Amino acid sequence: MSGSPYAPHTDAETAAMLETIGVESEESLFDIPEAVAFDGEFGIDARTERGIRDECARMFARNDDATEFLGRGHYSHYVPSVVDHLSDRAEFLTSYTQYQPEISQGFLQALFEYQSMLVELTGLPVANCSMYDAATALSEAATLADRVRSTTGDVVLVPEHLREGKRAVLENYCAGADLTVEAYSMDDGIADVDALADRVGDDVVMVYAENPTLRGCIEENLDAIGEVADDNDALFTLGSDVVALSVLEEPASAGVDVVVGEAGALGLPTSYGMGLGVFACREEHLRQVPGRLVGASEDAEGDRAFTLTLQTREQHIRKERATSNICTNQAWVALRAAIHAAWLGPDGLVDLANDCVRDAAALADRIDDLSGAAAPVHDRHHFREFAVRTDQPAAAVADDLEKTGFLVHVVGEHLLQVCVTDHNAGRADDLVAAFGEVI
Amino acid sequence: MIHDQADYTREEESVHEPLLSEKGEETVDVREKSPLSDDLIREELTLPAPSEPEIARHYTRLSQMNWAIDSGPYPLGSCTMKYNPKFTEDVAADPNAAVHPDRPDRAVQGNLELQYRLQEFLADVGGMDAVTLQPPAGAAGEFTGILIAKAYHEHHGNDRSEVVIPASAHGTNFATAATAGYDVVELPSGEDGRVDLEALEAAVGDDTAALMLTNPNTVGLFERDITEIAEIVHDAGGLLYYDGANLNALLGRGRPGDMGFDVMHYNVHKTFATPHGGGGPGAGPVGVTEELAEFLPSPRVRETNGEKGYERFEPDESIGKVHGFEGNWLVLIKTYAYIARLGDEGLADAAAKAVLNANYLAERIDLEVPYGPFHHEFAATAGERDAADVAKRMLDFGVHPPTTKWPEMVPEAMLTEPTEIEGQSSLDDLAEAFDLAYADVDEALETAPNRTAAARIDQVGAARNPRLSWQALEDE
Repeated sequence: MSGSPYAPHTDAETAAMLETIGVESEESLFDIPEAVAFDGEFGIDARTERGIRDECARMFARNDDATEFLGRGHYSHYVPSVVDHLSDRAEFLTSYTQYQPEISQGFLQALFEYQSMLVELTGLPVANCSMYDAATALSEAATLADRVRSTTGDVVLVPEHLREGKRAVLENYCAGADLTVEAYSMDDGIADVDALADRVGDDVVMVYAENPTLRGCIEENLDAIGEVADDNDALFTLGSDVVALSVLEEPASAGVDVVVGEAGALGLPTSYGMGLGVFACREEHLRQVPGRLVGASEDAEGDRAFTLTLQTREQHIRKERATSNICTNQAWVALRAAIHAAWLGPDGLVDLANDCVRDAAALADRIDDLSGAAAPVHDRHHFREFAVRTDQPAAAVADDLEKTGFLVHVVGEHLLQVCVTDHNAGRADDLVAAFGEVI
Repeated sequence: MIHDQADYTREEESVHEPLLSEKGEETVDVREKSPLSDDLIREELTLPAPSEPEIARHYTRLSQMNWAIDSGPYPLGSCTMKYNPKFTEDVAADPNAAVHPDRPDRAVQGNLELQYRLQEFLADVGGMDAVTLQPPAGAAGEFTGILIAKAYHEHHGNDRSEVVIPASAHGTNFATAATAGYDVVELPSGEDGRVDLEALEAAVGDDTAALMLTNPNTVGLFERDITEIAEIVHDAGGLLYYDGANLNALLGRGRPGDMGFDVMHYNVHKTFATPHGGGGPGAGPVGVTEELAEFLPSPRVRETNGEKGYERFEPDESIGKVHGFEGNWLVLIKTYAYIARLGDEGLADAAAKAVLNANYLAERIDLEVPYGPFHHEFAATAGERDAADVAKRMLDFGVHPPTTKWPEMVPEAMLTEPTEIEGQSSLDDLAEAFDLAYADVDEALETAPNRTAAARIDQVGAARNPRLSWQALEDE
């Protein structure tokens, strides 16, 4: 094969087109000075479709065939077939940002519906149509706090238990806004509100909490955290995910100003950490929102129609004064999450979330019954995941579990973390048996 | 002529699909069902509860109201709307690749191998020494690259405060520099549409951290003085950043690394044909020279010493992370599959045909193209006409119009990028759509479009009275 399989030109066509242009060869259309032109080879051999499918299948088969009880920010729930089949429709998958709304009504409406779902789940009136992931959404909340808070402060307060990678992303965005990130301590898996209250002052622009927390605990002090933030004129940002939000306390009623987190818990299978960042906030921050917003309007016939709106916030218009540099986002993943949510309906969402509570409690109890392990470590309600204290070093236990085909997190010298969802609950008996053998 | 002159009186009833919420919502009493105490949970949840057949019809209907590459020409300038090969979807859907990012290296060798191989592919294509796959989009790639430049300067004890950006650059460049905490110095375009060396000399200095450059630039012109540009920036102690939005024009004929660029991002959803998905997900890997490799995000992937395999590691002076995990993994798989499918010759041919198509189309249309010689895209001018109106009229002729009114250096710009996927007859149709719209009477332009699901949409009204959810509509 010599050319791109996706360029349809015959030699005759190419010749005719060159003649129309008035040049001899394709080569002569390039205006690259010789000094910087590339005439070497990459050394990439073209393969057939079938060859690549085989090659990649062989590569991926080298991933161990293991059952994951892993979470800590990346969650897997069963994704119904209807999500793949509808989202894979080429009209969705092969379109781009809806710069011409008159021929993009379908995607715009789907994103409008996605925004609406987040409005219901968060209780906040404004939700954008996606950020990259929970970490970047949190980071954008911090820069929003910096813009909207009139305090002279520059501190973003985050929980002591915060995923390292998430904090690392946050630090990068904060550095550009001259913000510093500091942690407040946890009390048995949830926020230590007294410690937080002692720390918050004029210098704090944002208080961040998570529900559930990184250890899987359901936060019991949301209202109190909200009061502390409010008393000190700090923005209150909450991290969560769309399944947890289906049953946990509505953020708006706890005084939350911005909700960030993961919507990829719906619509995305386990995907090596690929995400869908949630961003929802109060009306007063509408013009400071990062990313794309879909709004309802009317067309010239007076019929309801949808369009991207408030674009003067965005980089292609406002340049260095934009609310964010984001352009391409996770629109198609948002479509998938919306389809998944529609398929579940409110009943299915609540059932799924309740199972996250019940299954975690049940599995923790069974592990707790084994000698050599105690679970859950924190005396709290849990959502999907919980910590396990092991008598033996946790790393050794995890290694032994891996040999029996199970993967869990090591989070401390004698601490493991186990995450159970509908994705792996069917293997919970086997995990307990394996635990029993290795501890 | 396949396009009859479209009538500019509306022929069809406008097309309409009710919102899911209008098809019926249900309220669930959460307190009744939850095992948790009332103070931890919400009272109720109200959302649509359609049946699966209703869902299938709803989204199928919506899809039918959406233009896409598979619908027809989509020559949106600077966005590079290539055909997305179907087989890459199947490669990415392999359940064995669907693993958690916290797996230990030994349990995820397959993913690490693909990441490693893709890093190598991209390094070769860009002429770079080291690559990270973590940034989840082009703008995230820019942010990563500028953070690397910042870390490099700080590491060498230099406190530099400015990033220089040509006026014609993508808006993301400016926003990225600001997000990273830099002041932006805007470089006016030279008379020939390229960087003006004198202006550049005047703009750079001790405060310059980097120059961000797109090459070919946003009207398709190659920066012929790139060697001099690199020298000026490097002499001032700054770094040269390559915005990869237009790399697709250079494949196999020019590499940023050979032109003096120190750091670059790749837009895989442009150059390597991964689906745009209605606005993402894309991916924006970043390549750097050896000198900057130690600043790349963590983790990177390398071959293990001794035993055969791959491992993750943290570069010595890493900037940390720009995505919570490993970036947009499913997109990266599709990138690998596309590059492997084309190989050296296919990639070079893709660039050649993209440039051929742009030049042919420009030759065929009646609109003037003020700047050249251009490569994969050109900025035509609608002259006395409103480019946005001409674009709306083009919708009636069955094509997606170009990017309009940008870049600003071309008055009433119509930035057009047909990519390599269109053949001659398709380009002829596209040219006809251009010319018919451009030549049409004022009334037709102002009332267009007439053959679309919606008539012209009131964007000003949408912004003046923001209604961003079905709840907002219900409250009215």
